[in-house]
Amino acid sequence: MMKKIIAKLLIAASAGLGLAGGVQASGGGIDWDKFPQEKMTDMAALQHGAKLFVNYCLNCHSAAFMRYNRLRDLGLSEAQIKSNLLFAGDKVGETMKVSLDPKQAKDWFGATPPDLTVIARSRADGAKGSGADYLYTYMRTFYRDETKATGWNNLAFPSVAMPHVMWELQGQRAAKFAEEPDPHDHAKTVHVFKGFEQLTPGSLSPAQYDQAVADLVAYLQWMGEPAQGQRFRLGVLVLLFLSVFTLFAWRLNASYWKDVK
Amino acid sequence: MAEFKEAPAGASAGVKLLTWVDNRFPASKLYKEHLSEYYAPKNFNWWYIFGSMALLVLVIQIVTGIFLVMHYKPDAALAFASVEYIMRDVPWGWLIRYMHSTGASAFFVVVYLHMFRGLIYGSYRKPRELVWIFGCGIFLCLMAEAFMGYLLPWGQMSYWGAQVIVNLFAAVPFVGPDLALLIRGDYVVSDATLNRFFSFHVIAVPLVLLGLVVAHIIALHEVGSNNPDGVEIKGPKAPKDAHGKPLDGIPFHPYYTVHDIFGVGLFLMVFTAIVFFSPELGGYFLEYNNFIPADPLKTPAHIAPVWYFTPFYSMLRATTDVMVNVLVVIMAAGVVLTWLKGNFSTKGKLIATVAVLIAAALLKIFDAKFWGVVVMGGAVVILFFLPWLDHSPVKSIRYRPDWHKYLYGVFVVVFLVLGYLGIKPPSDIGTLVSQVGTLFYFGFFLLMPWWSKLGTPKPVPERVTFHPH
Repeated sequence: MMKKIIAKLLIAASAGLGLAGGVQASGGGIDWDKFPQEKMTDMAALQHGAKLFVNYCLNCHSAAFMRYNRLRDLGLSEAQIKSNLLFAGDKVGETMKVSLDPKQAKDWFGATPPDLTVIARSRADGAKGSGADYLYTYMRTFYRDETKATGWNNLAFPSVAMPHVMWELQGQRAAKFAEEPDPHDHAKTVHVFKGFEQLTPGSLSPAQYDQAVADLVAYLQWMGEPAQGQRFRLGVLVLLFLSVFTLFAWRLNASYWKDVK
Repeated sequence: MAEFKEAPAGASAGVKLLTWVDNRFPASKLYKEHLSEYYAPKNFNWWYIFGSMALLVLVIQIVTGIFLVMHYKPDAALAFASVEYIMRDVPWGWLIRYMHSTGASAFFVVVYLHMFRGLIYGSYRKPRELVWIFGCGIFLCLMAEAFMGYLLPWGQMSYWGAQVIVNLFAAVPFVGPDLALLIRGDYVVSDATLNRFFSFHVIAVPLVLLGLVVAHIIALHEVGSNNPDGVEIKGPKAPKDAHGKPLDGIPFHPYYTVHDIFGVGLFLMVFTAIVFFSPELGGYFLEYNNFIPADPLKTPAHIAPVWYFTPFYSMLRATTDVMVNVLVVIMAAGVVLTWLKGNFSTKGKLIATVAVLIAAALLKIFDAKFWGVVVMGGAVVILFFLPWLDHSPVKSIRYRPDWHKYLYGVFVVVFLVLGYLGIKPPSDIGTLVSQVGTLFYFGFFLLMPWWSKLGTPKPVPERVTFHPH
């Protein structure tokens, strides 16, 4: 219990540090929602996220540095991984590759689907939030747009090449926009987002869908650095050791120097 | 040849062995000269721990580097994946890698603080000019080491950072394009570049760096350490005991070793806190874009060097056409001043005028981009000349006129602001501020022969000021 609280605090602290930075310029799109970080310590959520990832993402996107058997860190047994998450013919020690040909993918979508192993780490932006915040927003802001080749558009990544893969879960939505006068320049107008309109219902309620996306993003963040949990736990021990070491070093130093006049 | 010594009769095996070694290698002599009988001033304050810290970080970088090289693949097709392999599949690979990446930034933190200590206490002044120059050489090596090491993970920032910096060399008149080609080994940053940067990062630069570190310490131990009072403890007038040992000195070992062990404890607490809890440090130590594999066809929207290069990068960006004109005007004003008030012969004045005319012509002939490179390089090279730029009658800031302290304060603020602006995308106001900052930086050093003599210094004590702990 204590360990869990410490881990949560540390995750929150490191997310806070991430926000403090301002290294990277943002690439357009709306402000990001906050990813619920508590998912990172919820094994059931991470396992559910892994399942969603394999079912929905892994058809087009690879995770070429992630081995299936690393999923044991999420409390899955090798037998469970083999029977539920592995494609036929793959071995459990292999990495998550896809058979999609990158050239064909480029022809179909206009862009090669990026590898997702470290996607959560690469999409952070000092000014806007963590990579998980971005992914959590991105997966929840698809809308129907018939002007696009795929018929889909996205608020976090305008004109994205990827269609809404999880639309059956969320249902189809349209986005309402309004033209409003630009507060900085009255001669111009700006395109302002005014909310979604549900066109067809999905198999999940909006609240359930948010939970599902949060689970998926939790998995993506975990996959970006599977050693993160170990890193936090070990860090606490190392700092405890160093505190004691420094205390002794301080007194040792004082005892040598007390005779120096 | 020195006289062969005999261990006393009945001596222990250890003493016999040491005698045997000492007859063939100066083990005891080196130990005494550099540790147990190296007398350091006893009034060191906490500014003096950063030298030892730098040595500690150097060891961390070498040891973690050795293990990284065991698993890293210097190949454009494999490099990115091999870093992720280290992060995932190599036992403790993530720890080794984070220690190395955090160590790179930590190195610059401690070295900047170490250099600033030297700056405020006049540690570069006679007879420590070579200590300072070797140190500046180490700083240069460190920059080369960091720049080339940053290419190795082969992420987007690695790739485009290297592309931008190598392209700067192409701005050198006449030989520029060939020079850039020589550095890259190709027309763009590519596998050839990665391989040669790997070679330099792992072998060439560390060899030079280690040699310079040894020279830095030998030179220091030859002339003895300076101290916050800037008073010599080993000079002919300094008080000594019956054995000729300085009264204001104290053996480095054990007194400063226990001191430094305490410092190591504090330093490692900060260092490990970053390694374990925030190795990216909000994108400053590991940039987010660098988790995207290098793509020669996709230029990132904003390319920024890692934080430790940004003050110099700001000065590069500040050197626009306008800035070049400002430099010409400043030089012209200098000539007018020389004719009106300068204390030189007419011949000297003529020479100065001709030199400025030639410099102004060159400034206008060559591209501002080239002068940007010169300014950036000059900002580092100027440090080498510091021992001869400072003409203050006293070494330490403690006994300088008060307004000198404010000047050093402004220098620090300017350096930090330049660093901050170098991280940000370029903006009009940012460019203006960094131009003013660049002029201040160079003015601080180039006008030092003049301003460092001004004002009345406070009386310097005969002996160091020491308060028992």
